[in-house]
Amino acid sequence: MFKWLEKNLPKIVMAPAVGLIGWFVYGFVLWTLYISFTNSKILPKYELWGFGQYEKLWASRKWLISVDNLLVFTALFLIFCIVIGIILAIFLDQKIRAEGVLRTIYLYPMALSFIVTGTAWKWILNPTLGIQKMFIDWGFENFTFDWLVNREMAIYTIVIAGVWQSAGFVMALFLAGLRSVEDEIVKAAKIDGAGLFTVYWRILLPMMRPVFFTSFVILVHISIKSYDLIVALTQGGPGISTTMPALFMTQAAFHKSQVGLSAASAMMMFMAVAAVIIPYLYSELRRENAR
Amino acid sequence: MQDNLKSSSYQQLEQKSKYTNMFLRWFLYFVLILFASYFIFPLYVMVVTSLKTMEEIRQGTLLSWPSGLNFDSWAVAWGGRGYGAGDTFLKPYFWNSIKMVVPAVFFSTFIGAMTGYVLTKWRFKGDSWVFLFLLFGCFIPFQAILLPMARTLGALGISNSIVGLVLVHTVYGIPFTTLFFRNYYVSVPTELVKAARIDGAGFFKIFFKILLPISAPIIVVTVIWQFTQIWNDFLFGSTFSFGEAAPIQVALNNMVLSSTSVKEYNVDMASAIIAGVPTLIVYVLAGKYFIRGLTSGAVKG
Repeated sequence: MFKWLEKNLPKIVMAPAVGLIGWFVYGFVLWTLYISFTNSKILPKYELWGFGQYEKLWASRKWLISVDNLLVFTALFLIFCIVIGIILAIFLDQKIRAEGVLRTIYLYPMALSFIVTGTAWKWILNPTLGIQKMFIDWGFENFTFDWLVNREMAIYTIVIAGVWQSAGFVMALFLAGLRSVEDEIVKAAKIDGAGLFTVYWRILLPMMRPVFFTSFVILVHISIKSYDLIVALTQGGPGISTTMPALFMTQAAFHKSQVGLSAASAMMMFMAVAAVIIPYLYSELRRENAR
Repeated sequence: MQDNLKSSSYQQLEQKSKYTNMFLRWFLYFVLILFASYFIFPLYVMVVTSLKTMEEIRQGTLLSWPSGLNFDSWAVAWGGRGYGAGDTFLKPYFWNSIKMVVPAVFFSTFIGAMTGYVLTKWRFKGDSWVFLFLLFGCFIPFQAILLPMARTLGALGISNSIVGLVLVHTVYGIPFTTLFFRNYYVSVPTELVKAARIDGAGFFKIFFKILLPISAPIIVVTVIWQFTQIWNDFLFGSTFSFGEAAPIQVALNNMVLSSTSVKEYNVDMASAIIAGVPTLIVYVLAGKYFIRGLTSGAVKG
């Protein structure tokens, strides 16, 4: 008995983690999947109902708007975060004075919650007393900046705040990547007469492929999950113009008694994330095994 | 003569490249400082707004300097106005968050350390699959577990309680903490452990005598990461708690949304700063570890 215990102690110590994750992650995802095949309203019901919820979901105008917003947001969020992140990383890499201070400034938004960020940006962007008033007081009398309350433009305020929060993070990833390249490579290129621009464009950035890949995966992941920022900044409004899947899901589940429908939307989000993450994990593992 | 000419034109060229270099240098700093002001702008606006009176806010602009150091709105945000019902303020929710964060960080870090230790130093058949199994938990969109979680917390009788939130944050922190410790312990030479085993040291003795003493950096990284994540969480807090058990981010959001009469932006901003200050302090004091967690938690999580 004692021998057995000693031999299996490592596995016994592992058990809580494996059990908890097995139940609370995998078990719960399957449970949600099951609910999505039922006709649950206020509370989960357990008679199967087929794909009805998915049909309802893709016929729902609100869901289609959510998906549309997600695509727009993800595209802009990705482009701006990566471009700003790379520019900052390359510029910071030029033996800059006060690099530490600048880096701290670029990255501090990551330490704040999206609720704090959203509250701040909501105040800055509000048309009555925010940026608009600032410009009008400066003498630009016809200046208008009402994106926050404008159906067409409100989604872009979420992009502004989201990029502000996450661009520094991409900067940190690329800076770490650039710093890990050996000096010899850059020196050799310079001896061959390559200018600084060529060195970065032709040599260093192509070497950053894994970092691009990582940033892409993380940013897409953040954007599919984005919920807090929308709640704090627009609550999905004006109207439903800035709603997104994560918001759709919680509203359907906890405010509208559409439990089955919300489970279906959650599964769509799950599949979207899985489509990005599984290839990523696979390639990461291959890289690790190759080492 | 000829020689002289040549060298003077060369000098000119050199001079020119010196100027372009200087120009580039200035351009570099200009861009960097421009971005720095974009990043610092909201924080600046938050701080000055929180120090103004509503009158000043209406008169001035976002950027205008407050007339004095007026901490009234901070006092209101923290302790309320003292008129009972409908008077929401952050103090009780701040303590809720502390009561939630401390145990959740402790448990998830401990479990992660143990799991990472087994996965690297007591390897068994299929252990890399177990790691992958746990790792996937870093990525799931939490929407896919909200409904069952709500049912489960209800069945356990801990819905709308801090205990419930501790459970939720502990469980969903495990994939990250395991990842951190596993990647750290992988680089600790296994020979050390083998030698100790030959000397007759057991499972726990090896952990406490050999690995734990060298784990300080990764413990700091993990604790900071978990602290930041849990403190800043809104989704779980807003879904599984309401009223008096709510953590601070939920309370902040309620305060900002629910002011019924006149909008008090100065109090809103003071509240936002109070809710953000703990993580900001950790970031400023231990930025190095924060970034390390961010990049390694990210590169694979």
